Amino acid sequence: MSDPISATPVTRRTLGTLVIMSLTAAAAACDAGADPTTGRDSVNLGFLAEPENLDFTRTSGAAIPQVLLTNVYEGLVKLDDSGRIQPLLAESWTVSADRRTYDFQLHSNVTFSNGDPFTAETVKFSFERVKSDAWNVSVKKQMDILDHVEVVSPTQARVVLVRPSNEWLFDMTGRPGAMFTPGGIADLAGSPVGTGPYTVSRWTRGESIVLTRRAGYWATKPALSTVTFRYFKDLNAEDNALRTGAVDAIIGFGSPDVLPQLTADGFHVIEGKSNAEVVLAMNNAAGPLRDKRIRQAIRYAIDRAAVLQATAGGHGTLIGTMVPPTDPWYEDLTARYPTDPQKARTLLADAAPGGLTLRFRIPNLPYAQTAAQVVKSDLAKVGVDAKIEVLEFPARWLSEVFNKHDYDLSLIAHVEPRDLLKFGDPHYYWGYDNAEVRKLMAAADAGTLEEQTADLREAGRIVADDAACDWLYLMANLNVVRDGLNGVAVNSVGESFDVTTLTWR
Amino acid sequence: MLARVLLRTGVFLAGVFVASIVIFTVLRVLPGDPAQVALGVDATPEGLAQARAEFGTDRPLPTQYLSWAEGLLHGDFGRSYLSRSAIGPQIADRLQVTGWLVASSIVVALLLAVPLATFAAMWHRTGRGALLAGLSQVGVAVPAFIAGVLLVDLFAVRLRWLPSGGWVAPDKDPAGFIRRLILPVLSLGLIQGAVLSRYIRSAVLDVLDQDYLRTARAKGLRPYQAMVRHGLRNVGIPVVTVLGLQVASLLVSGIVVERVFVIPGLGSLLLDSVANRDLLVLQDVVMVLVFAVLTINFLVDVAYAALDPRLRRSS
Repeated sequence: MSDPISATPVTRRTLGTLVIMSLTAAAAACDAGADPTTGRDSVNLGFLAEPENLDFTRTSGAAIPQVLLTNVYEGLVKLDDSGRIQPLLAESWTVSADRRTYDFQLHSNVTFSNGDPFTAETVKFSFERVKSDAWNVSVKKQMDILDHVEVVSPTQARVVLVRPSNEWLFDMTGRPGAMFTPGGIADLAGSPVGTGPYTVSRWTRGESIVLTRRAGYWATKPALSTVTFRYFKDLNAEDNALRTGAVDAIIGFGSPDVLPQLTADGFHVIEGKSNAEVVLAMNNAAGPLRDKRIRQAIRYAIDRAAVLQATAGGHGTLIGTMVPPTDPWYEDLTARYPTDPQKARTLLADAAPGGLTLRFRIPNLPYAQTAAQVVKSDLAKVGVDAKIEVLEFPARWLSEVFNKHDYDLSLIAHVEPRDLLKFGDPHYYWGYDNAEVRKLMAAADAGTLEEQTADLREAGRIVADDAACDWLYLMANLNVVRDGLNGVAVNSVGESFDVTTLTWR
Repeated sequence: MLARVLLRTGVFLAGVFVASIVIFTVLRVLPGDPAQVALGVDATPEGLAQARAEFGTDRPLPTQYLSWAEGLLHGDFGRSYLSRSAIGPQIADRLQVTGWLVASSIVVALLLAVPLATFAAMWHRTGRGALLAGLSQVGVAVPAFIAGVLLVDLFAVRLRWLPSGGWVAPDKDPAGFIRRLILPVLSLGLIQGAVLSRYIRSAVLDVLDQDYLRTARAKGLRPYQAMVRHGLRNVGIPVVTVLGLQVASLLVSGIVVERVFVIPGLGSLLLDSVANRDLLVLQDVVMVLVFAVLTINFLVDVAYAALDPRLRRSS
């Protein structure tokens, strides 16, 4: 921070926290992660969505795990930046021959931020709690497959599943895998207690959450002592905060059109892969799009590169099915349906000789409204009249399109990891029902990792060939950071934003 | 005087009652299911039913209204569907923030409007007067959030004198609190000041024509002395009316300005709860705002009597 004026508000804000923990702060000033010139070891990060509360066991939404997982709560395993499962609280694990039993070897000397020890009993308590009524968010069903947990010794936990499942271990990198202690669950919504390196030291609703590094963390302590998550409702306000020094980075940058200007002003743009597939959803179960030929015609009609350019200024990746490049079973299927209006017209002449009108019901999100205009004009060129109706998100879109399936076409980004599996659920809002795909997905879950990769790759191909939907593009994971801030994850693959890797150069 | 206050109190209470019914009914018409929004895209039918039972949104509407109204009478605002925390303390926190914003803006508006409008009126046939009137006309035409965006661009982004937004409590960091308050208060206060100055100017012009002012001049007072000692009190009556309306409109334009400046006030809470269909929070916030406006109107009515002796005598 060479500019003294822009540094002022930042240092003032963090002062309060620093005074409280002056001892740690004094020690931290000579940390490797601190800025060598200013000794600064705090950072302010800008985000768009704020958590409603801090309890992800009873409230859904991506913002809660984003701030808490890895930073405050830890699980037995975590995802690395390229989407691979890595050990965290478990030193190592073995899988039995029938793939139903996982033996976890746990780290010893791990404590929660309230002092409680972490042992195999904790694993049993946390996993069984997900199955109880204490959890009510939908991800709890990821634990349905758990049969029981045996405490073999304080550092050995044996998890037995009802049937073999690769998906289960992946799910344990997310919310259901988080470790809780019985003595720390009294106020999950306000004071979370985890084994992670940070605790929530202050929460100003509507403005910010401050994470403070705690003493007694079991592994290598992170470089920065204070990390503030600041929440904005407005892209402009967020942009201004970055320019004026109130935040040092914007995570998940939302307005690609101003990127060139920010780069010119000396900020670094980190562009990586996300999980967010922007899907042109088609109603496979009702209306004209039950006809595969019409769905194929739509895929041929759309110029996806133009959609990407118009919506995200070209920042993103074209994909041919519901698989991002960070998944092990990714393959490039973009050539399956090249843009070919003539082919689209031929298919439509057969399937809908009298012309076609579709109800295109989209959420009132900026990218969806822009992309829908491009799609509409592409479809008009092949004689399809897509009537756009904008629905308020989330409330109306969820109730009309997602629940009642009352639409022909819709358009939304699907951010859940590994959401290819949604095509195995015939009741999902796009109503895609294919027994072969379901069989492949079941086999993938039960088989070895190699079988899983092969089966899901095949499922992705079938879904693409069937034109179950059209995949417009994969959103880029855009982070804009101030010069000197290092360690910001390039890709967004899991549920958390990991701050433990951040350092000032 | 007493009869007048009693009558006004009756009108006020009836207003609160009718408002509560209207607010409750209108919000039920909003499309969308709060349980669905709370549980998200993966919600199961059982989960939804459980959430609806927990929120109480599966009960008949009159029951829902009565339990809400009864709670309000006891000072119990209920619990938010989403954050699951008590709404009362949350509104109290947010109200403090918005209170600072509105009160400071009114002070700025008055400090700006009273002298400017008085001079504009007293100089009303001169070039200086026309200039002041023209400036206030421009102020009236600019919405507060545009003023906010322009002020941020100039003072925060270009000049870097002030932060572009955010909030700290005054007891935690007084200097930071004031630095963050300046731009939002200016964008609200300048605009409201401009509106207010139009009313004050015409009120002052009215007073200038009055016989008693000429008499005051005749007994030897200079124009400014006559205005300050005898004129301004009479200017006060229309101004108090407008001021009441302005506090109400500040609460409303504050909603947008809070968003521009990332201020966690009542307006942000209102917008968030609309998007999330957090109906109980929404209902409570709207009720608090309506209550505030009705209270202001009530106080304005009572203040008339205090300012104008004629009203006191006639009743």
